[in-house]
Amino acid sequence: MASVCFMLTMVLYFAATVSFLVYLLRRSEALSNVSLGITAAGFLFHTLALAAKMAVASSSSPPSFFEALSFFSWMIILVFLAVEIRHRIHVLGSFMVPLALMSLVSAAALPQTVPTLQPVFKTLWVHVALSMLGAVGFTVGFVAGVMYLIQERLLKSKRFNVLYTKLPALDFLDRLNQQSIVWGFPLLTLGIVTGAISAEFSRGSYLTWNAEQTGAMVTWLFYFVVLVGRLTVGWRARRAAYLTVVGFACVILTLVGVVLKSYGDVS
Amino acid sequence: MHVIVLGLSHKTAPIEIREKLAVPESRLGEALVRLCTYEGVREGLLLSTCNRVEVYSVVDDIDVGHERLLEFLADTNLSLSSEELTPHLYWYVGERAIAHLFRVAASLDSMVIGESQILGQLKDAFEVALAHKTTGVIMNKIVKKAISVAKRVRTETKIAEAAVSVSYAAVELAKKIFSNLNEKTVMLVGAGEMAKLAARHLIAQGVRQVRITTRTPQHAIDLAERFGGTPIPFDHFKEDMAAADIILVSTGASHYLIDAEDVQRAVAKRGNRPMFLIDISVPRNIEPAVRHVDNAFLFDIDDLQHRVQQNREERLREAEKAERMIGEEVAGTVEWIRSLEVTPTIVALRNRVDEIKQAELERVLGRLPHLSPQDRELIEGLASAIVNKLIHRTMVTLKAEVNSANGPAFIEAARRFFSLDQSSPSGTTEEERLRSLSSKSRLSGHEEAESVVRKQVR
Repeated sequence: MASVCFMLTMVLYFAATVSFLVYLLRRSEALSNVSLGITAAGFLFHTLALAAKMAVASSSSPPSFFEALSFFSWMIILVFLAVEIRHRIHVLGSFMVPLALMSLVSAAALPQTVPTLQPVFKTLWVHVALSMLGAVGFTVGFVAGVMYLIQERLLKSKRFNVLYTKLPALDFLDRLNQQSIVWGFPLLTLGIVTGAISAEFSRGSYLTWNAEQTGAMVTWLFYFVVLVGRLTVGWRARRAAYLTVVGFACVILTLVGVVLKSYGDVS
Repeated sequence: MHVIVLGLSHKTAPIEIREKLAVPESRLGEALVRLCTYEGVREGLLLSTCNRVEVYSVVDDIDVGHERLLEFLADTNLSLSSEELTPHLYWYVGERAIAHLFRVAASLDSMVIGESQILGQLKDAFEVALAHKTTGVIMNKIVKKAISVAKRVRTETKIAEAAVSVSYAAVELAKKIFSNLNEKTVMLVGAGEMAKLAARHLIAQGVRQVRITTRTPQHAIDLAERFGGTPIPFDHFKEDMAAADIILVSTGASHYLIDAEDVQRAVAKRGNRPMFLIDISVPRNIEPAVRHVDNAFLFDIDDLQHRVQQNREERLREAEKAERMIGEEVAGTVEWIRSLEVTPTIVALRNRVDEIKQAELERVLGRLPHLSPQDRELIEGLASAIVNKLIHRTMVTLKAEVNSANGPAFIEAARRFFSLDQSSPSGTTEEERLRSLSSKSRLSGHEEAESVVRKQVR
C-alpha cells in the first residue's frame, strides 16, 4: 500500500514538475491550475504513503534516511501549498515542486535500510523531524533567494520578459526569505540539541565532530550570522538572497555528511 | 432588412470634424427620435464619443438607407456641409456592419487598443436608445451581443492587461518591487506633468505618504495640499531621501540633482531596503550611474517608454485572438438575422407542421390496418385540415406584419412558438442581464483611471 502510494506520488510530482516548468516559460496562465491540481493530488498520495508507513513502523524502529527525505519533500509541498493558498504565487511551484521531486528521487535511490543513527530512544524521531523541518525552512529561503536574484537581475537590466511578469515583487521575496530563516533557524537548533542528546546516549559523547555533526555546526553558525546580520546591520535584499543560496549548499553538504556517516556506522 | 453603419472615427476624420459632428449626451435622445422618423429607417443607435460618431441602423433598403443616414448626419450639424463630411465617412452593411460594431465594442478599433471606456460608452448609447424606444429586435440583439463579445474578449485575452501609458508603466514597475504600496512613501521632486500623473496613480493604488519638493516653495505647498502630502524644502530634500521608497523626479533642471553617492547613502540609511527611482525629466536629473547601486532601481523615460512599447505589442498580439473570436460571433449573429426573414420562416413552419402531421398519421394509421383506402384518405384529410387551420392565422399575420415595425418580433415569436430553431435566443432574460451588466464595473482598468486622473490634473 505504502509503496504503491509512493510510486503514484513520484509520478504525480514528476508530472507537476514538467507542468510547472512549462508554465514558467509560457505567457499563458492556463497551466497554473493544472499544475496545482497535479501537485495537490501528489500531495494526497504522499500523505497516504507516509501515514501507511507510520502505521506499520513501531516507534522504536529507527527512521531511515529514506523516510527522512520523504518527509522533507512532503513538508516542502505542504509549505508551497500553504504559501500558494495565501498569496496565489503560482510561480513558486516552478521552483519548489522540482526540489521536492529531487529529494524524493534521491530518497528512492538510497537503500531503504540505511538507518540514520543506532536506535536508542524515541527521541531520535524528534531529532530527525526537527532537523528536517529546519532544512525545509532553509530550502524555502533558498528558493526565495534564487527568485529574488533572478527578479533583481531582470529589473536592473530592464528585461521585462515572461519570467519578470510571473515572479512576484522583490519585497515579498525578501520577506519570504526572512520568514523562512526565522522559522528554520530555531528548528535546526532544536534538531541539533536533540541530536547531541541522542549521540550522548548512543556513543557516550555529545559531539564527536563526524561529517554530520561538523556540517550541522557549520550550517548552524552560518545561519546564525545571516540572521544576526539581517536583524542588526541590514543584510537584507540582495545580500540576504546570496547568503541563503550559500547556506543551502551547507544544508546539502550536511545531508551528504549524514549519508556518509550512516554508511560508516553500518560498516 | 439590413444592418448598416455610417460614421467617422479618429482613423478617418481629424478632431475638427469629429468635434463638430459629436452629439452631446443631452441631445442624443432627440437625435435618435429624429433618425427614426426618416422613411425606411426601422431602428437606430447613435454612438458619439470623442473619437467616433457612428449611426447604427436597421433599414429596409441599403441604398435608400445609406442616403437617409447621410442626410441625418448632415442635418445633425448644419455648420458642416456634406461635401466636408462625406470624405471622412465610412459605411458598412450586414455582416461587416456587425463585425464593425463588435470590433468597436471590444476596443479593437480604439486609439489605445484594449481601453475599456468605449464599452461603457456603448452601453450608455444603448440605454438612451432603449429609453427612446428607437431600437428593436435586431439592434437589441446585436448590441447585447457586442457587449457580451467585448466582455469575452476582455476576460479571455490579455488585451487590457498591460499598462500602455508611461505614468502607469511606472506604477506597474513599482508593483514588481513593492508588493504592497499601502505603507510606502513617495517623494515627488519637481512638478512635471507626467510625474504628477504617476503620483496620482500611486496614490490611487494605496500609497498614503507623499512628500513634495519643488524649487519654488509655494508650489510644493500648493501641490501638497492637492495630493494630501507634506511639502519639504528643496535645499535639503536629499536628507529625506532615505525615508522615501519611491522617488519621482521631473524638474526642469539641466544637471543631475541626485547622484550615485546620494542614493548609496540613502540606501545604506534605509538598511538596504530597495528604493525605486523614476526619472521622467529630460535632460535627466538622476545620474545614470545610480543603476549600479545595489538595491536601487532607476528607470528613466526611455525605460518606461520601452515598457509601454512592449505592452502595446502584447496588446496587438492579443488583438489577433480577439479578431478570431469576433469572427465566430459575427457568423452566429448573421445566421440569426437570416432566420428572421419571412419566407424561410414560413417554409420552416410549413415543414414543421407537416412533419408533426405525418408522424401522427403514421402512428394512428399503423394501428388501424383494417381501414379502407377511402377511410384513410378521410383521416389524412382531417389531419391536414386541422393543421392548416391552426397555422393559417400565423401565416397570414407573419406576411402582413413583415413590413411593420414589429415584423422581426413576430417572426422571432413564431420561430419560438413552433421551435423552428433549437438555438433560439432568449429575449427578456437577456435584457435583464444587460441591465445588471451595465450597472457594474463600468469604470475598471487602467485607462479610465488615466483619463479621470488627467481631468483632475488639468
